[in-house]
Amino acid sequence: MSEVGPADLRRTPLHALHRELGARLVPFAGYEMPVQYTSIIEEHRTVRSTVGLFDLSHMGELWVHGSGAVGFLRHALVSDPGSLEIGQAQYSMACDVDGGIIDDLIVYRLADEEFLVVCNASNRAAVMQQLTGLLASGAFGTSLDDRSESTALVAPQGPNAAALVGDLADLDLRAIGNYRSATGTVAGIECLVARTGYTGEDGFELFCDANRAQELWEALTAAGDRHGARPCGLGARDTLRLEAGMPLYGNELGRDTNPFEVNLGRVVKLEKGDFVGRAALQEVKESGAARRLIGLQMVENAIPRAGYEVRADGAAVGQVTSGTLSPTLGTKIAMALVPAELPGPGNAFEVVVRDRPYRAEQVKLPFYKRPRD
Amino acid sequence: MAYPDDLRYSKEHEWVRVEGSTATIGITSFAADELGDVVFVELPEVGATLSQFGTFGVVESVKAVSDLYAPISGEVIEVNEALRDSPELLNADAFGEGWIAKVELTDAGQLDGLMDATTYAEEVA
Repeated sequence: MSEVGPADLRRTPLHALHRELGARLVPFAGYEMPVQYTSIIEEHRTVRSTVGLFDLSHMGELWVHGSGAVGFLRHALVSDPGSLEIGQAQYSMACDVDGGIIDDLIVYRLADEEFLVVCNASNRAAVMQQLTGLLASGAFGTSLDDRSESTALVAPQGPNAAALVGDLADLDLRAIGNYRSATGTVAGIECLVARTGYTGEDGFELFCDANRAQELWEALTAAGDRHGARPCGLGARDTLRLEAGMPLYGNELGRDTNPFEVNLGRVVKLEKGDFVGRAALQEVKESGAARRLIGLQMVENAIPRAGYEVRADGAAVGQVTSGTLSPTLGTKIAMALVPAELPGPGNAFEVVVRDRPYRAEQVKLPFYKRPRD
Repeated sequence: MAYPDDLRYSKEHEWVRVEGSTATIGITSFAADELGDVVFVELPEVGATLSQFGTFGVVESVKAVSDLYAPISGEVIEVNEALRDSPELLNADAFGEGWIAKVELTDAGQLDGLMDATTYAEEVA
């Protein structure tokens, strides 16, 4: 393992802290990011049982502002951000004219005419290119501002996240429901406090000025001791989201997949009027998606991985998009894209691991649902 | 990190312990740490013939799949069945309970081409 990362990799404002913590740093979406600090499984369990702290400062934060912001986002995205109340957020996607997914996003309505669009780091350039191109194509009365470099994102995730953030915030967190946000201070640092995440647990995403990120992380760490907090890397983030049945761009999502294939047709608001990709997506909805994303649980002992062949009745029918040993369930699980006519609960499939087929059965997504009170 | 003096080591981070004509083989604690949490081990079959530096099994961590390379040639006479249910033994005790297979040596001379503990420690430092 190299002590010095490649020079062309970007670093988040918390890079030095990760290194001090002994994180294993790997290239991810052009950044040098912590994949784990001690153990992916332990970090995964921390998020399921107490609270884990993630540095997600690599993600893209795009501000859309102006009298035409609603009209612009309605046109550019498949969802309807105009339906959001101020302080509300929604899961969305930008699709191409052919209905292929450019990126999946979370859109936060910060004010009547101000939105924050959070995109994947790996797709930031593509999303910016798409949005910039669309802006230039019409008179939207909107400005688009990529503040990814100056914005840090720290995410406390897990059942104790509210208690931890509550110790430090000047906000009443009970007033911030799931997929809601508010501005306030955390440890005296101005933050957008959003109740969103990618782990299947309750949790927060705290957006702040990159210059204050270290201070925020240290305050969360110090206050986190009594809540069982520990830093968690992208390895645990991946197993957590997979258990929760959440898609990952590059695995379940891509230019060659459309929202209906991956069970996200509900995100597409065809009735809102014209938007990029509408005609193609309307057709997919009417004729039915060709493929479907399903959950598989291995019956035989092998770990399914992205790219492995999926068979039904001995014939190749599709591919695993993500797979792992589930730290919470102890079973071997996968998501896979297969022809739409095949799925049915309990149906038998096989996953080819190192040239040998292993039996798997279809199970309902998500694999894991958090207990709610 | 301490590497036992009575073992020989390969560049692929496997170790060998020789007792008579039998060799016990496994992966080093360095390799186990690099992999992270080991969640699956595909063991060779008893009776399989291993050739030095050829693949003889697979070890999987949460994120990665890695081949196992035989540090010596020989016939597999026993495998560590405990790894099927407890692959984490590789992380917990790589040089002890995390052993992978026992092999009847076919060419003891191959051991000379492996590293001693001091050389291996320098190799991974």
